[in-house]
Amino acid sequence: MEGAAEPGNLAGVRHIILVLSGKGGVGKSTVSTELALALRHAGKKVGILDVDLCGPSIPRMLGAQGRAVHQCDRGWAPVFLDREQSISLMSVGFLLEKPDEAVVWRGPKKNALIKQFVSDVAWGELDYLVVDTPPGTSDEHMAAIEALRPYQPLGALVVTTPQAVSVGDVRRELTFCRKTGLRVMGVVENMSGFTCPHCAECTSVFSRGGGEELAQLAGVPFLGSVPLDPALMRSLEEGHDFIQEFPGSPAFAALTSIAQKILDATPACLP
Amino acid sequence: MEEVPHDCPGADSAQAGRGASCQGCPNQRLCASGAGATPDPAIEEIKEKMKTVKHKILVLSGKGGVGKSTFSAHLARGLAEDENTQIALLDIDICGPSIPKIMGLEGEQYVEDNLGVMSVGFLLSSPDDAVIWRGPKKNGMIKQFLRDVDWGEVDYLIVDTPPGTSDEHLSVVQYLAAAHIDGAVIITTPQEVSLQDVRKEINFCRKVKLPIIGVVENMSGFICPKCKKESQIFPPTTGGAELMCQDLEVPLLGRVPLDPLIGKNCDKGHSFFIDTPDSPATLAYRSIIQRIQEFCNLHQSKEENLISS
Repeated sequence: MEGAAEPGNLAGVRHIILVLSGKGGVGKSTVSTELALALRHAGKKVGILDVDLCGPSIPRMLGAQGRAVHQCDRGWAPVFLDREQSISLMSVGFLLEKPDEAVVWRGPKKNALIKQFVSDVAWGELDYLVVDTPPGTSDEHMAAIEALRPYQPLGALVVTTPQAVSVGDVRRELTFCRKTGLRVMGVVENMSGFTCPHCAECTSVFSRGGGEELAQLAGVPFLGSVPLDPALMRSLEEGHDFIQEFPGSPAFAALTSIAQKILDATPACLP
Repeated sequence: MEEVPHDCPGADSAQAGRGASCQGCPNQRLCASGAGATPDPAIEEIKEKMKTVKHKILVLSGKGGVGKSTFSAHLARGLAEDENTQIALLDIDICGPSIPKIMGLEGEQYVEDNLGVMSVGFLLSSPDDAVIWRGPKKNGMIKQFLRDVDWGEVDYLIVDTPPGTSDEHLSVVQYLAAAHIDGAVIITTPQEVSLQDVRKEINFCRKVKLPIIGVVENMSGFICPKCKKESQIFPPTTGGAELMCQDLEVPLLGRVPLDPLIGKNCDKGHSFFIDTPDSPATLAYRSIIQRIQEFCNLHQSKEENLISS
């Protein structure tokens, strides 16, 4: 059903950011989660939409596994993660009867659910909606962009690791952004080096330099490098708020700097 | 099949073409004619083509970035060390085809005389080309790879897959249904965020009756090149692959530690086995490859016994 963009459930959402990568396992969900937490700590109201239907990681990262989704008069109520309702989440993870149940759907069914996630979740008033995506340039991405296009997303954060194998896939993702008219706010390089906790030697576990090279090649801003940080890993595994609990950690500075760049790049809203 | 209605009942459902939601769909007539319900003739054609392929192994994971392509490449190289064995490596990650780069191929399809590779990566003219295809088109490409590539006499066909449990996975299992797949090797890292996706993958395998050869835990521990002490970059906060395998009764084939040289060699398209023959990771790979061969040979002799009895 086409029509002019009825404001509907996204009427109160000021800015939409997609987090993409051509490559799997580079840290899209990690970056989505930490960006949302950092923006929330900066006083913003944030929602996270997890459109990775086969591998929905975000509920666990925020300690929200097993929460139920309730219906309200405008559709589905998102799951609020705090009493102040400053951070909310929607994911297929909440709709599965059993957590180990595989979502074995072909494209059309995935597309249909993503459209519903965009139109039928009562997000309310949000400063930012962060949309986490699965790897690739396929059904989920096209469905999300088509459904979100009328609401003029602010842009996309593209995540890579330093390796050439990752950069190789992410270059294709940048082409996807160009072809679909999605502005690239910048490139984030994740897993940039590991500092040995025993001797403090820093090793480039997944090669080095790919993120900056990619940003330069594509003519987009390089937003920063996030190192491999065991405290970050544990926080994500255990569903804790890394931004609040580990301000001295190596990844903290990088993640909060990236969030600040997003805040700086966000146009001020007209009253 | 391109645009379908929101509540499409599915091309192979009893309601196909007949449901209320089918009105106005461009495929309504096709579905109503029952075309969706008849098996794809390609399945028989692929069965014929696959008669010259002795063993077929799928490399899967629910999770992205755990090392499927890295493992597939090492499995292929390891098996190909026996010059009398013909190996084929098929990359069905249509959106993110990593295998050409990892194998050091720009366009040629043979790494060695006995190791051939097929990937959509070879069909793209520029490294920036994006394959922005929906499911049905990806399925068509996979069908073509299996049916139209002249595989010849192959001892092992290794199929590298993208993360997830979607079109590509359903298609490869469906198209190879009549040709018999030996089994799946499932890759994970020690983290729960990976295991939670891998449990879904294991359930997918069981749902589609795909035998599971076993699980490989990748990035399992890191040895600092300076002080040689071990750290867990990806901590097994919920017991790692070992506990998951015990719970789900699947074999743990082995653990591969994180060696920064693996990544570097993949980036350059070099063989890690040749460049670092003594690395703990090399030893781990070799042991896992041996267990996979044992599984395949055991299965082959079981089948031969069945046929001859």
